[in-house]
Amino acid sequence: MEAWIGAILSGILLGLVYGLAAMGLNLIWGVINVINLSHGAFIALGMFSAYFLFHFAGLNPFIAVALVLIIGLIIGMGAYFVALHRVLDAPELSTLLSTYSLSLIIIGLGTFIFTTNPRAIDIGLGSIGVAGIYIPISKILTGLFSVLFTVILYLFLYKTWTGKAIRAVSMNKSAAEFMGVNSIFILSLSFGIGIALAMIAGCLIAAIFPFTILSGSVYELKSFVICVLGGLGSPLGALIGGLILGLLENVFALKIPVGYIPFIEFMILVIILLVKPTGLITKR
Amino acid sequence: MKRGFIVWSVLCCFFLSFGFAKGAFAKSKIIIGFTVSQTGKLNAESKEQFNGMELWKDYVNKHGGIYVKNLHKRLPVEFRYYDDESSKDRVQQLYVRLINQDGADFLISPYSSGLTASSAIIAEQYGKVMLATGAASDGIFSKGYTHIFQIYTPASRYLTGALDLLKARDPKAKKVAIIFEQSNFAKAVASAAKNYAEKKGFKVVIFESYGKGTTDFTSFLNKIAEKKPDAIIGGGHFADGETFAKQIFEQRLKVKLVSLLVAPAVPKFAEIGNAALYVTAPSQWEPRAKFTKSTAKRLGLPWFGVSANWFIKKYSKLYGETPGYHAAGGFAAGLVLQKAIEDAGCLKSSKVIRALENMDLMTFYGRIKFDKGDYYGRQVGHEMVYLQWQKKDSKLEKEVIWPRGAESAKLIYPYYKKF
Amino acid sequence: MKRGYTLIWLIPLILAISLLPVIAHSVIYRETIFLILMYITLAVSLNIILGYTGYVSFGHIVFYGIGGYTSFYLMYRFGVHLILAMIMGGILSAIIALIVGEAVLRLRGAIFAIATIGINEAIKSLVTNLQFLGGATGMFFNFKIYKTYGGAAKAIWFAYWIMVVVTIICLLTSYFIKNSKFGYGLFSIREDEDAAVVLGVNTKRFKSIAFAISAFFPGLVGAIFFFKAGNIEPDDAFHLVKSIEMIFMVMLGGFGTVSGPPIGALLYERLKGILLINPLFKNLHMAITGFILLIIILFAPGGIVGWFRNRFKKLRSLLE
Repeated sequence: MEAWIGAILSGILLGLVYGLAAMGLNLIWGVINVINLSHGAFIALGMFSAYFLFHFAGLNPFIAVALVLIIGLIIGMGAYFVALHRVLDAPELSTLLSTYSLSLIIIGLGTFIFTTNPRAIDIGLGSIGVAGIYIPISKILTGLFSVLFTVILYLFLYKTWTGKAIRAVSMNKSAAEFMGVNSIFILSLSFGIGIALAMIAGCLIAAIFPFTILSGSVYELKSFVICVLGGLGSPLGALIGGLILGLLENVFALKIPVGYIPFIEFMILVIILLVKPTGLITKR
Repeated sequence: MKRGFIVWSVLCCFFLSFGFAKGAFAKSKIIIGFTVSQTGKLNAESKEQFNGMELWKDYVNKHGGIYVKNLHKRLPVEFRYYDDESSKDRVQQLYVRLINQDGADFLISPYSSGLTASSAIIAEQYGKVMLATGAASDGIFSKGYTHIFQIYTPASRYLTGALDLLKARDPKAKKVAIIFEQSNFAKAVASAAKNYAEKKGFKVVIFESYGKGTTDFTSFLNKIAEKKPDAIIGGGHFADGETFAKQIFEQRLKVKLVSLLVAPAVPKFAEIGNAALYVTAPSQWEPRAKFTKSTAKRLGLPWFGVSANWFIKKYSKLYGETPGYHAAGGFAAGLVLQKAIEDAGCLKSSKVIRALENMDLMTFYGRIKFDKGDYYGRQVGHEMVYLQWQKKDSKLEKEVIWPRGAESAKLIYPYYKKF
Repeated sequence: MKRGYTLIWLIPLILAISLLPVIAHSVIYRETIFLILMYITLAVSLNIILGYTGYVSFGHIVFYGIGGYTSFYLMYRFGVHLILAMIMGGILSAIIALIVGEAVLRLRGAIFAIATIGINEAIKSLVTNLQFLGGATGMFFNFKIYKTYGGAAKAIWFAYWIMVVVTIICLLTSYFIKNSKFGYGLFSIREDEDAAVVLGVNTKRFKSIAFAISAFFPGLVGAIFFFKAGNIEPDDAFHLVKSIEMIFMVMLGGFGTVSGPPIGALLYERLKGILLINPLFKNLHMAITGFILLIIILFAPGGIVGWFRNRFKKLRSLLE
C-alpha cells in the first residue's frame, strides 16, 4: 500500500514537471501552428543557464527561474525573427527544418563549449517523509512551480489584453490585424513565451535530475506525446497530459517491466494521431 | 556535355583533398593506438584509465622504451588517440583510422565493454593485437576473436562476491533486486549474478534494466519499495550509478546492502556525500589490496613491473588524487603489452600473440593469465576485491571488506543504519 | 517531355568514385567512399517520398533499422548469405512501409512528420525489449560468419561492391520514377493533393508505392552496413539523428531532383569527415550543419541543384 501511495505521489510530481516541459511546445504548436523541433535544445539551454547561475552567481534554480524567464523571452523572440518569420507561410517542411536547424546550432555549440559530460546541481534540500514515504524537497518545489507557471500562463492568456491578442491571432490572423493587433509582434511574443517556458522547465529539471547538453531530447519526445494527449493551445491540457504520462511511468511501472513504458508512450502518440488526425489540426 | 565534364573534374579535384596514407619507415618507435572518452558519460572512468596509461608510457620511455630483441634496441612508445565521445558511432571509424592512417602497431581498447566490443571487430578484421582494459564483458570473447586479450576480471565473476558477502554476513537475507544499465557490461554482470544468486538460494525479486543515460530512477525505486528486497545490486557505469545511489538515499529505501558497479570505485563518487556512505562495490584493484613480489614468490609466479607503492605515489603526485582501479587497469594494460613484446622479441602480431598465450605473471595489479579455450583471450588469472565507503574522522574513505583475508575494515551492515 | 542528360555524367561519376580505392590501394578511401555511397543511397531513396511526393518522413531511418535487423538476424541465426538476407531485409522494410503507410499517409504535413518520429521511437523501444534480437545490447557476429566470404578482409570488400551496385540501382530507380507517369502523379500530389485527386490520380496507391520504394533501399543499406560493422544494436539502427542527416542531404543537394541528393550526400560526408578529424572543429560540425541548413531553408529552398538550375538555364538538362 505504501508503495502505491509513494508511486502515485512521485507520479504526480513527475507529471507536473513533464507538463511544464511540454507547455512551451504546446503553446507554439497551438498558437502559430509550428512544431518547434528546437524545444529540447532550449530545455537543455535552460538547464545550463541554471547550472551557471548556480555555480557562478550562487542563485539556486528556484530563484534563478525568474532570470531564466527573461533570458528565454529575449532569446525566443530573437530566434523567431532569425529562423521563423521568413518561412512562416512556407510549407510545413520549412518550419520543421528551420527550427531543427536552430536545435542543431544550439546543441552543436553547447557540445563544443560544455562537452557532453554529465552535470548536476546539488542544492541539498534533503527529503521530507511521512509514514515511511520520503520525497526530496526539490521535487516538491518543482511541482509547485509547475502549477504556479500554469496559473500565470492561464491568467495571461485569458485575462490580459496581450493574451487575448495572442489567442485572437491564433484563431484568425487577418481578422486580428484588422482589429489593430500587431500580428508580427504577437507571433514573436508567442514564440518567445514558448521558448521561455521550455527554458524554465529545463531550469527546474536541472534542480532534480543530472543532465547533459543532450538531455533535452528526451523531454522533447515526451512533450510530443503530452501535446497530443492533452490537446493543443491550452496550458491546462499540457498539465493533464503530463500528469497522465507521469502516472503511467510510475504507477503502471509497478506491474510491468519499465522497459516497455517508452513503447507504450509512443504507441499512444501514433494511435491518437491516427484516430484524430484532423481533430488536432483543424481545431482552430 | 562539356559542362558535365567541368562539374566532374571539379568534383575529382575535391576528392584529391583526401590526402595520402603514410608510407612505412624503418621502425624507430612503437605506436599504440586507442580512443579515449574525453567527453560524454564515460568521461570520468575513461580519463582515469588514460592517466594510468600515460603514467606507464612515461615510465617505459624514461627507461629508453621497450626492448625489441630482433632489432637489438629499445624502442620508445608513442600514443595515437582520439576522443570517441563515449559513443559507439565513431569508435569503429576511428580504429580503422588508427590502424590504416596512423599506422598503429598495437591497440588498446576504449573504456567500457560496449565500445570495446565495437573496436574489437575492427582489430580482428585488420589482424591487430588489442589489449582490452576497462572492458569486462565475457561476450566479447565468445565471438571467435583471436587478437583480443582482457585485463579485467570478466563480468561473470564480477558481482558474485557481493552475494557471498551478503550470505556470510546475514544468512537470513534472501531477497535480491538486480537493476542494471542496458549496456553490454552491466547486462553480462547482471545475468551472471542472477544465475549465481538463484544457485545460492536467493530469490531475485526484481530483474530489470534501465536505458543508457537514465537520470530518473523513481519508477525503479517505487518497485523496490513495493517488493522490499534485502539487497540492491547492479548499476552500470559512473554517471548513472552515482545518480542511482543518490536517489536511493533521497527516498530512504530500507535496504540492507547496496552494491553497485563502477561508480563507487571511482574516487569522484565521494562528491555525493552521505549518499555514498555504506555503498559497496566490486573493484578490480584497490590501493589497500596489495600484491607484492612476495605474493608472486608464494604462488611461484614471475613478477613484472613496478610496485603498488611506486604506482600510488607517482600517480598521486602527478594527478593529485589516489588512483582507482581504472587507472591501475590502464597501467597494467601497458605493462602486459610491454612484457609480451619483450618476450616475443619482435613486433609481429603472431609472435606477440604467442607470448600473451604463454603469459602467467604477477604484477602490482594482480595476476595475469589468459583463457586459451572457447573464451580465447579472456582473463582467468585476476580476481576482484570488494569495497565499502565508510567514514573515518568524518571523511569518506574506501575500505576493502571482501574477500576474507584481504579486508582493511569490517563491513558496516545494514545500509539503512545511516538514516 | 524530353529526357535530360543527368545520368550521362552521374553514373560514370559514381563508378569512378567507386573504383578509387582499388586504383589507390587504399583502405581509408574504401571506408570513406563506402560511407559516401551509403549516404547517397539513403538520400536518394528518401527523396522519392520527401522530394517527389512532398511527405516529410522524419523517422525514415526506421526502415534502415528494420532492414538491418532482419538481415542481421537471418545471417546470425541461420547463416543466410548476405545477398539473400539483404533482399529479404529490403522487402520486409517495403512491406512494413506499405502497412504503416496505409495508416499514416492519411496524415498531412507536420503531423505526418511527428507520426513517423513516433513510429521510429516505438519500434526502437520494442526492439530494445525483444530478447531474441539481443535486447538493448544487440547482436554480435561470430567471426566465423566471414569465412563464407573468404575471411574478414574479403568480406569487407564484398560488402563494398554490393553497396556500389545498390547505389547505382537506387539512382536509376530514382531517375526512371521521375521521368515516368508515376513520377508525374507523385509531383501532382506534392503540388496539390486535392487537385491531384480531382484530376483522377489514385493518390492513395501512388503514395503507398512511393513510400514502399523509398523504404526498400534503406533496408538494403542497413543490411550491408551492419554486416560490415559486425554488430547491431537499437541505438545505432534507429538513430533519429541519421534521419535528420538524410533530410539534410536532400535539402542541401536540392529536393525533388535526381542529381541533388547524391551531390548533397557527397558534400555532407566530406564536410563531416573533414570537421570530425579536426580536434578543434569536431564538436562544431553539428552547429555548422545546422547553420548551413538554416541558410538553405531561408534563402535557397531549392538546394544547390535548384540554385544552379535557376541561375544557368542551359544546365537544366544536365541537372534534373
